[in-house]
Amino acid sequence: MIEIENVRKSFGTLEVLKSINLSIEKGEVLCLIGGSGSGKSTLLQCINGLQSIQGGNIIVDGTNVHARDTNLNTLRQKLGIVFQQYNAFPHLTALENVALAPRVVKKQSRRDALDLAREHLEYVGLGSKADMKPSGLSGGQQQRLAIARALAMKPAYMLFDEVTSALDPELVGEVLDTLRKLKESGMTMIVVTHDVAFARESGDRVAFFDQGVICELGPARQVINDPKEERTRQFLQRVLH
Amino acid sequence: MQFQLPYSGLQWSDLPYVLLGVWNTLILTLAAATFGTLISIVIGWLRQDVPVARVVLAPYVDVTRSVPLIIQFILVNSSFALAGIPLEPLWVGVIVLSLYMGVLTSELVRAGLGAVRFQLKWASRSLGMSYWQELRYVSAPLALRTFFPGWIGTVIALTKDTALVSVVGYVELLRASQVLINRTNEALLVLAGTGLFYFAICYPISLYSRRLERTFQHD
Repeated sequence: MIEIENVRKSFGTLEVLKSINLSIEKGEVLCLIGGSGSGKSTLLQCINGLQSIQGGNIIVDGTNVHARDTNLNTLRQKLGIVFQQYNAFPHLTALENVALAPRVVKKQSRRDALDLAREHLEYVGLGSKADMKPSGLSGGQQQRLAIARALAMKPAYMLFDEVTSALDPELVGEVLDTLRKLKESGMTMIVVTHDVAFARESGDRVAFFDQGVICELGPARQVINDPKEERTRQFLQRVLH
Repeated sequence: MQFQLPYSGLQWSDLPYVLLGVWNTLILTLAAATFGTLISIVIGWLRQDVPVARVVLAPYVDVTRSVPLIIQFILVNSSFALAGIPLEPLWVGVIVLSLYMGVLTSELVRAGLGAVRFQLKWASRSLGMSYWQELRYVSAPLALRTFFPGWIGTVIALTKDTALVSVVGYVELLRASQVLINRTNEALLVLAGTGLFYFAICYPISLYSRRLERTFQHD
């Protein structure tokens, strides 16, 4: 379970998150929607400690992410994250990209790590691309590679940060299919997305972010089909039409 | 008693002397390139990742970069002599050239590390890698690709800079050829030959680097 309590985050004088409260249950898919600069991506980065926070707590399975004595390297193994830019390691093949962290962080044998990597590439449909470098893969393939790489650490939670925003429209589907597959496997996911249709269909709950606060939070269909807040309504009108 | 006649022509027996010069040039280049590169990795990394180091190392970097090498050789040589621990000319050369190479190349290390996108570091860290694991498996291999072409250029320049160590009495290739010129008065021939030797040392380095760069480009 991830508990987010009164989290505040600023960059200099700019307050990006203003007292965010949120909790994510095991097995849940929570989608974060909202305009650019509303703070949703920043929140994801705070959850796995890539960003510091200026107030409040983020607790992952009882561990306070930003406490001084928390070993972030251990904690992050639980929290897979995939970014908007695919960030595949350009000097490694797809297989090595996935095998690197299990080998280095979990100290698995080379053979075990490669077997594991093959299995996860297979899972995201890249079994035949194992020996290719990222430069030879399409955007959608690189993004699926990034998903496989995160999954190979066997995380308890997956965070997705606008994973389809940098993709050509015709490549979005293959990445979303992977996300749907992951949801069916029962993975707990927090998905920052601009894809409202995806949020409605695959999200259990949706949180609408506006100017650093959660403006509306509720069951996905309700928030998107029948928003209670005026600001949510306006936002949805802009993106749906 | 034997007298060396002035202007006796080049002889085959001069060859070992020239080869000694070649050997000394190679030894000095190899030592300075090795130590220099090691120094540059530490300094370049410190200057990139440790803010305090930037301030602390600035004087060393600025002085070494701005004072002509030939002056540095003489200063180091004289300082050690005055301190009562005279150094072999080879060591004067190794010390000065290593420090010099270290500074020049540290810029390349810094640029290489700086060119790695921070998102790649984030991606590594978010997989649970420590700072050092990220550096070892992601940043360093990527930085190497940016670093390498410039490094080869510096090594080639260094090979030729070893000629300057002759000011403190080191008999490397150029010094050996000057001695021969003084004796034979065949400046053109000897210098052409010496140039050829330098070429024979530097050209394979360039060739090798071009091959390596091509392998990097496949990534």
